[in-house]
Amino acid sequence: MKAAHEGPLTFTKMEPNAGLSAALAISRAEVIAEVSKSGLKGRGGAGFPVGVKWNLAGAAKSDRKYVVCNADEGEPGTFKDRVILSDYADLVFEGMTIGGYAIGAQHGIVYLRGEYTYLRAQLEATLARRREEKLLGKNILGKKDFDFDIEIRMGSGAYICGEETALIESLEGYRGEPRNRPPFPVDTGFIRQPTTVNNVETLAWAACILAKGADWFKGFGTEKSTGLKLFSISGDCDRPGVYEFPMGITVADLLKEVGGEDAKGVQIGGASGHCVASSDFGRTIAYEDISTGGSVIVFGPERDMLDVAENFLEFFVEESCGQCTPCREGNPKLLEGVRMLKEGRCSMAYLKELLALGETMQLASKCGLGQSSPNAFLSIVENFRDEIMGRTPVQVN
Amino acid sequence: MLVTERERFRDELHALADEHGHDRAALLPILQAVQRKHREISPYAMQVIADLLGVHPVEVYSVVSFYSFLDDKPKGRFIIRLCRTISCELAGKQRIARQLENDLGIRFGETTPDGMFTLEWGNCMGMCDQGPAMLVNDRVYTRVTPDMVADILQECRDTFGLHATHTEEEHVV
Repeated sequence: MKAAHEGPLTFTKMEPNAGLSAALAISRAEVIAEVSKSGLKGRGGAGFPVGVKWNLAGAAKSDRKYVVCNADEGEPGTFKDRVILSDYADLVFEGMTIGGYAIGAQHGIVYLRGEYTYLRAQLEATLARRREEKLLGKNILGKKDFDFDIEIRMGSGAYICGEETALIESLEGYRGEPRNRPPFPVDTGFIRQPTTVNNVETLAWAACILAKGADWFKGFGTEKSTGLKLFSISGDCDRPGVYEFPMGITVADLLKEVGGEDAKGVQIGGASGHCVASSDFGRTIAYEDISTGGSVIVFGPERDMLDVAENFLEFFVEESCGQCTPCREGNPKLLEGVRMLKEGRCSMAYLKELLALGETMQLASKCGLGQSSPNAFLSIVENFRDEIMGRTPVQVN
Repeated sequence: MLVTERERFRDELHALADEHGHDRAALLPILQAVQRKHREISPYAMQVIADLLGVHPVEVYSVVSFYSFLDDKPKGRFIIRLCRTISCELAGKQRIARQLENDLGIRFGETTPDGMFTLEWGNCMGMCDQGPAMLVNDRVYTRVTPDMVADILQECRDTFGLHATHTEEEHVV
């Protein structure tokens, strides 16, 4: 992993459990206030303010509440959570414990994707060690009446379970199909109890914020997108990997850091994100401009953007849960359309229909998966129109 | 299945329910444990689990059919999942795919006749900076090159079956 500036990542520099000690020294309301003040937003991609979420769950009346860590990192091109869980698991568990204290929960659940089964033994060992060190269990760090423990539950290979209500369905033993919202998980979550679902990275940053203060965090980033963020960089660049950058970095600056200056396009936000063309490399990566969970995939000058669109749509056809019509039926239609474009058999009139279909899917799908599934296709058609129309069919084998 | 075998299996499922709970939320952990050990979740297993949790067997089937890591039909001892997502595609997954098919003598979605290997596509496994990546059961391989494929397959054969030379491999269950 590399930091934006010389030197180690912020996570490496953290003193163990400084955040937890600081949190337990103040009231629950003060913890939530500090997180709210920091402006921390969900690092999984949706960008919901963490303080608001914790406040709602904290205010919900119930004697059983849950803190869920969303470790179902399935967005294509994202791997920062794997690195955090491998190297900084303590920080994540610390963040969960702080969250438990803040909202008044006794139970934490890590929903770990099935593909990361090989991380489980190590995570269980870390949890066991934390129990011995009184960082989990009863009266944590001597704080009277604060009991909290964490268990790990596995996913079974379904991208949709990264959506928080689908994740909760999965935890309850159902198909991972998203729920209607409202009610939101903060009042009706796991087994109908108030539940916060936060991304791995979000929880780690929450621990840092409690240790170093909201003002330190706000010292990075932009006004609307505060703080630092981990990015997963892959594709056609010299130095792929996990990077820490402040929010608000321009695409061009990011590409310079990773050695991908000659890129013709960059997919930001994974399969459900947007494809940015080189003319837009001056734009910033932030919630108010190009929002992302941290996935950055670089496409070199030789890449065929229709291959890229086809790959993403194959992904969505496979991972759509099939519950709502726009997503279930729309994605195969878009995929078919991309293949027609590749074969040079698509009229402009039909392409316009496909674009309209994409917009319908954005509006009418039930959850984030369906709503964002046409993004890549729409942005590739918009930004690379000159290279996709009127193709001569290529003879394959 | 012999009657005694069936009884043993039923006892095993009861033990799993005792471990994970008899409520609906225990369903996935139980199914995952069965999948891990038996490499399939048979109709009989679904029936017994449904009884244990007090749900209709179709409910159990609907869950098994939803998740791509749960199977209602037997698969190979080693399930190979090659990442088909974009970063691994840019890194040249197609050649790995071809080599896997050549060395195994099967196509994607098939199982070798000896029941050793099942070949599948997988979606992003979070190794995008080290592609092409693939999972063999729980173990992840990165920066796979076509000439590594035969060695990886041999490694699997060496850890299981009549000709196994070592069996301490943790990803063999």
